[in-house]
Amino acid sequence: MSVSLTPQFPSLAQRITPLQLLRPDGTLVGGAEAPLDDVRLQDALRLMMLSRAVDDKGVSLQRQGRFGTFSTVKGQEASVVGSAVALDPSRDWVVPQYRELPALLRQGLPLEHFILYYQGHPAGGRIPEGVRLLPIQISIAAQLPHAVGLAWGLALQGSDAVVLAYFGDGASSEGDFHEACNLAGVVRAPVIFFLQNNGWAISTPRSRQSSARTLAERAPGYGFDGVVVDGNDLFAVYAATSQAVERARAGRGPTLIESQTYRFGAHNTADDPTRYGHGDTLSGWIERDPVTRVQRYLAARGQWSDEIEVQVRHGIAATIDGALAAARSVPPPAAADLFTHTYAELTPRQVRQLRQLSTTPAAAEGR
Amino acid sequence: MIEAIRDALRGEMTADERVVLVGQDIGRFGGVFRATDGLHAEFGERRVFDMPLAEGAIIGSALGLAISGLRPVAEIQFLGFTHQAFHQIVSQVARMRYRSQGRFPASVVIRAPFGGGVKTPELHADAIESQYAHVPGLKVVAPSSPREAKGMLLTAMRDPDPVLFCEPLRGYRLMKEDVPSESYTLDIDKVRIVREGTDVTLIAWSAAVDLASRAADALLSEGVRAHVVDLRSIAPLDVDGLIAAAERTGRCVVIHEAPLTAGFGAEVAATISCEAFYALQAPVERVTGPDAPFPLAGAEQIYLPDVSQVVAAARRTLAAS
Ligand SMILES: Cc1ncc(C[n+]2csc(CCOP(=O)(O)OP(=O)(O)O)c2C)c(N)n1
Repeated sequence: MSVSLTPQFPSLAQRITPLQLLRPDGTLVGGAEAPLDDVRLQDALRLMMLSRAVDDKGVSLQRQGRFGTFSTVKGQEASVVGSAVALDPSRDWVVPQYRELPALLRQGLPLEHFILYYQGHPAGGRIPEGVRLLPIQISIAAQLPHAVGLAWGLALQGSDAVVLAYFGDGASSEGDFHEACNLAGVVRAPVIFFLQNNGWAISTPRSRQSSARTLAERAPGYGFDGVVVDGNDLFAVYAATSQAVERARAGRGPTLIESQTYRFGAHNTADDPTRYGHGDTLSGWIERDPVTRVQRYLAARGQWSDEIEVQVRHGIAATIDGALAAARSVPPPAAADLFTHTYAELTPRQVRQLRQLSTTPAAAEGR
Repeated sequence: MIEAIRDALRGEMTADERVVLVGQDIGRFGGVFRATDGLHAEFGERRVFDMPLAEGAIIGSALGLAISGLRPVAEIQFLGFTHQAFHQIVSQVARMRYRSQGRFPASVVIRAPFGGGVKTPELHADAIESQYAHVPGLKVVAPSSPREAKGMLLTAMRDPDPVLFCEPLRGYRLMKEDVPSESYTLDIDKVRIVREGTDVTLIAWSAAVDLASRAADALLSEGVRAHVVDLRSIAPLDVDGLIAAAERTGRCVVIHEAPLTAGFGAEVAATISCEAFYALQAPVERVTGPDAPFPLAGAEQIYLPDVSQVVAAARRTLAAS
């Protein structure tokens, strides 16, 4: 007897529509309610604008050689901020990749630490006591198993904290991602896999990472829910993340959120996006700018105006200047910075090496 | 140097249609350092393949491609990210010939840049070549100049065994020299004498060869003639070539960027001490990075070995006996 196999899983031909609450023109989708009140929304907007201002400052400092290679958030502010503000920084954790500055700030990282890090100062890696945040991750997707372990461990110890891990569409191809998802499903870890699908991994388009229709639908394969949201819609991102947080807190396990957004800038300051067609779709996305969308919504409610914007920008400029000044006041790296914190205590050989390095001309000149 | 590497790839792809390139962003983009610039346009999608972001799959599938009869050359964006493929490289690629008792030679070339001095983000500069030198079945080579890079890469692509080809990141743009336009091979398993000297032997590979040469210039101004040796290959190690170079002066300094402890300098020092003991006039000196992770960019000048350290080490060997 010949057997003909019919697909046992729902049709992949069906189009998935990302969750959207706020339209690009700043009006609510029919029937939708704003999940954030105006006060919290203004806070979120300020954070988005601060992020964009730091991006611009960082790029200009990088061009002057005063900042290292770094990746801007620009275009993805609703995605990062909408998810971050769904957390309670006094108990929840953020596990970042490297493109999530406003989430780090929201968790309580001082801006000067971020600046020091990208100025290449070892002190920039320090995360103050009480800030629930893991270090910026350069090794793509390596943070995801950590997030699962952290969430699982917190749950084992009776905490109701949740862990939100950021990563990109590129990262979702790494083994670490799949292993983390699988484990999270098995132990029902209170973790949220927050996938920022910004269309690109350096020059590689999303379509080359996976032939899956969406990246979120891998979740059911690991035994938990996935959801696709309009990543340039602060409300949709916030609503979806809040729901995932609630679920995780209640012990109902992980969620994979695919936030569909777009990187407005280059991959990082060393990249040249004109070489791979990044600009072809950019203008369409700029019309869906996540920041102006919120400003339009608030303006229509009489909660945003040119005067308010000027004021907010002043405040942001002062914050950045203050952080840059604080970073400047930190002495330049010294030989000891190479070794301190590599172990709880330096090894005898390290002690010797430190002594030798402290007497070489390079160290003496503070290079 | 990047042009020399591209030249080698293009030459071999033209000469041997079994050669295929796999890696991240190597297609239309031409690679994050432009090593494959233009090759996608010239040879097409079937021979220059943009891979999903998964190093383990890049190297593991390269092994499969090799078994299928192709000659894959894999690009990993930075040597530090070969760790994501560590088990494929160490436990699989390196051993396939042995495990299949000769049936499946793993003719895979893995190209990856490494080394500091260009202020890259974390992990990008990590000099982890010694981790791979410990793996029987795998060859580990590290060219020190554009001319060397081209000839060594062409040779590696014709090697029946897997070769980890470690490129000096700092040299991509900075190292320039005339490179023959035709294809040529080099004895990559033999040390190269970079300059002849009689007083002290400086041993290095990759970007440290340039450092050794600059130190040799400095020493010359003090009347000390340094014998500078480029190992080219750290696995296998050209023991005869190394011993001859050590015996030449009886005073040796080995230089690398990686941390001191269990760096490949340890193998060099041990080999010289065991096999050239009676020719030695002084203990072998090692000038290396410290036992610390490669730091963020602002501290890399403190970390990296410099000319003054090499000169000081050479003087110590000269002061002994
Ligand atoms: C394991 C590893 N492989 C390669 C790289 C080099 N690299 C840096 S960013 C990047 C693309 C990441 O894309 P994605 O995860 O989508 O995040 P995005 O930068 O778009 O936010 C690559 C390949 C790396 N940092 N780590």
